[in-house]
Parts: sequence; C-alpha cells; structure tokens
Amino acid sequence: MAQVGYSKKVMEHFMNPRNVGTIENPDGYGKVGNPVCGDLMEMYIRVRDDVITDIKFQTFGCGSAIATSSMVTQLAKGKRTDEAMKITRGDVASELDGLPPQKMHCSNLAADALHEAIKDYMSKKQSPKKTGIKRGKAAG
Amino acid sequence: MERIYLDGVSSKPIDPRVLAFAKQFLEQGYGNPSSLHSVGLAAKGVLEEARTKVAELINAENDRTIIFTSGATEANNLAIRGTALRNVGRGKEVVASAIEHMSVLNPMKELQKNGFSLHVIPVDSRGIVDLMKLDEALTKKTTVTSIMYANSEIGTIEPIKEISAIVHDKGLYLHVDATAAAGHIPIDVKADGIDLLTLSSNDLYGPQGAGALYVKPGIKLQPVLLGGGQERGLRSGTENIFAIAGMGEAARIAKDEMPQENERLKGMRDKLAEEILTIEESYLTGHPTQRLPHHASFRFNYIEGESILLNMDMYNIQVSTGSACSSKTLEPSHVLLAIGLKREEAHGSMVLTLGRSNKMEEIPTIMKAVKETVERLRKLSPLSKKEVI
Repeated sequence: MAQVGYSKKVMEHFMNPRNVGTIENPDGYGKVGNPVCGDLMEMYIRVRDDVITDIKFQTFGCGSAIATSSMVTQLAKGKRTDEAMKITRGDVASELDGLPPQKMHCSNLAADALHEAIKDYMSKKQSPKKTGIKRGKAAG
Repeated sequence: MERIYLDGVSSKPIDPRVLAFAKQFLEQGYGNPSSLHSVGLAAKGVLEEARTKVAELINAENDRTIIFTSGATEANNLAIRGTALRNVGRGKEVVASAIEHMSVLNPMKELQKNGFSLHVIPVDSRGIVDLMKLDEALTKKTTVTSIMYANSEIGTIEPIKEISAIVHDKGLYLHVDATAAAGHIPIDVKADGIDLLTLSSNDLYGPQGAGALYVKPGIKLQPVLLGGGQERGLRSGTENIFAIAGMGEAARIAKDEMPQENERLKGMRDKLAEEILTIEESYLTGHPTQRLPHHASFRFNYIEGESILLNMDMYNIQVSTGSACSSKTLEPSHVLLAIGLKREEAHGSMVLTLGRSNKMEEIPTIMKAVKETVERLRKLSPLSKKEVI
C-alpha cells in the first residue's frame, strides 16, 4: 500500500523539532526559500576547527519543511564542514522514512540551507574581515 | 483527547438518522428503478420520495426539476457543459465568478479549448461578486453564467437575487452552485430566480456518492453521460438508491431543523471569531456579516496553513486550510488570491466549519489549541517579529 500522509518520523520531528532558534554572531548563516512560495528556512552554524559544534534553524513552512530542517540540523551537528556539505536532500528524506512525492522538491530545502550556511562560513574564513550575518538574496 | 471535528466543509459525517433511514436500501434495496416488476417499482418509489424531499428543500416547482447525479462535481459539470453545448447556436461565451469551485471553473476552461471564451468576474476583498463587472461581461452570446450561493473557503454569501436580476434582464441562464450553502441557509429557487442549482448529499449530512442538479422547467441541457436514459435522459446510469434515499432524508432533516440549528451555530461562530481575533495579527477572511452561519475562516501572519492543520490535529481537532502546501497543485487557494490576499498571506489560512456535533462547551478547548498552535509555529518562524510572539 502506498504511504498515506507523512511518516511517523516526520510528524515526530514536526512536533518536537531539534535545534530551533538562532545563534548570535554565527560563523555561518544560510537562507533559502521565499515566503511567497510558502517555505523559508534560515540556518545558523557555530564552527570550531572545521567541525559544526552548534546549529540552529528557524523555518516558515509546511510540516515537511519544519521536519526536514530539524533533521538536517541533527545530521550536521558534530560533523566536519566538508562532510556536512555532502548531506543531500535525499539523505534528509530517507532519514525521515521518506516524504510524500509532491514534497520532495519544494519542502525539502533544508540541506540547501545548511550548504548555504557552510559556504558562508568558508567565505568568511577566506576573508575574515567580513563579520556578522550576511543578508543575501534568497535562493529558490 | 475527544475529537472536535471542524472540517465539515471537506466532508461531513452522515447523520445517524439518515443512516438509520437509508440503511435498509443497502441491505434490501437491490431493485433497479427502471425494472417494471415489484422489486424495481419499490426502488422507483424510494427514488421518487427522495426527489420530492430534495425539491421541497429548495422550493422547486415540481419533483421533475431534480436530476440526481453522483455528487456536486457531476452536477456542476452537467450544468456548465450541458447548457453551453445545448445552446451553442446562441454563442460561445461562458461567465463565472473568480471564486467558483474547480468543478465549475475547470469545465469552463475545457470549453475554452473548443473555442468558447470564458469571462471571470472578480470579487471584492470580502468575496462579493462585482455586479458592475458581471453586467458588463454578459452578452447575447453568453450561454451560461455560474455564480455560487456561498463560498466554502471564506463563507461569503453572494447576493443571488441581485445577480439573478442582472442575468435575467439580458435573457440569460443563471447556474448557482449551492453545495456549501444548501441546508445551512434557506434557498428558494423561485424567489431567488435560479435556473440551475447544484446540491451535494454529503454537504447535507447525507451519504457521499449522490448530488443533484435542479433544472428549471423549460430549460434544455445536453447530457454529459450517455447510456440508458435515466433521469429524463439527462444522466444515464442506474441510480445509487442508498445514497439518493439518504440525500432525500438529509434534505428533509436540514429543512426542518435549519432555523434553530442556524441560531445555535451562529452563536458559536461569533464567539470563536471574537476570541480568535484577539490573537495578534490574525484576520477574518470573507464577509464579516454576510456569511454562512457555521463558517469561521481566518489567516495568521508568519505561519503556514498545512502546519496549522497538522498541529491542530495533534489536539484531535480537524480544520482545513487554503495553503499551497496542502493542495495537489501546490498553488495557494484561488479564492484567497481572488479576495486580494498576497501569496504569503494566503499560505497562513485556517478554516473552521461548525456542525451538528459541535457544542459551545468545546470553545475553550478549541481556543487553547489555536493559541498554542499559532504561538508554537510563530516561535519556529523566521518571519515573526519578537513582539508578536
């Protein structure tokens, strides 16, 4: 039988999302989506010796947008930034025991938000003068 | 947690009295109304009794005006395609309001592929059809104009008598989709001046799988389903006796109980609206007074409707939303966009529809769930301003 609605794991992360919030002066910040489309994610990371030691998110969006944000923070925390860059949308979806087909693209931007945050960290590392939150143009 | 079901707009439970009445026709009613033997005639009798009850709900001229279908979608398709194609000699124009149901708009869009032109009439911010624009859009070539009695997403009731006067002044036909309104507000096809009217069994607390199209005497339609010529040749196919018998009984109960039930639901609706609108940056959608007695619809800034629906379900309270994320097309509700909401605003909608099972005592539980849901989702949202939380 085809799966009906969200998996238990999606609902569990939706109801009890991990790592919600923001980080003051983060080492990396990523933002994807757009409220016009119905999904917006902001990701904050703290990095020590190239390891993500803390990660927080805020998300406007549907059940899967919130659950994938929560899951990606759980997957990324404690990982080296180069490893975290390899986390894909597919990884996030399968860790949540799958997503309904129509949610695979639009509401599964969490990995992209993480990658944006890591790229922000990398660019700051290369040019350390730039500090603070980069308010870039939203992708997506 | 006890279930509090507030989504009658999506589907209603069958009324136990309707089930008690119609169950016998599932168990024993195997006759085909077209058969001339005693078993067939018994089925025909059930069918005709239901026709009378449905005709009485809308004060139709006679029983023959009621054509049973499989539901409101089929009735809308028959009304639109049936009228447009039968009257193609007059012209190839069709007119509908911007907030019609997809089972009205999509058949019209399909007609466009066959050379028809579709004129969509805008509504104001409360959902009322622009009567000036309607008047301008109607021409001698218009074959059917479809305006709903009331809207299921925003609860707004349209001024059908005024609309009918405009349409009839030009000698044209008016189709009215009364799916959301019937059984909740009095409908009188003669006094209102309606030529074609769509009804749904389930929206009257009847079984799913039945609906009806009222066709004013003298109006000719081209059938959509062809076959054995049932329902005066307008809807072939052996009738669904159980669902139709249930629809008839549901119509009878709705007519009998409407005055008192409306007052009861209005009281609850107004109490709910008053309390929900105390939440910061929450807004009523639809008309503040000219609206269905059981219908309360809102939007909240900074949060998204599917999340609201899922979160409310955790309290065992079922609601609906016009958010894109809960739809098959991933587009926000065309109704919310038509009343002028921005897409980001349309995403944050929540519709509560009260029904026979709901009681005033449930309101504190509903309010606790709504407040906690909005607060939790706003804390998660990057769009929220701190002072709003």
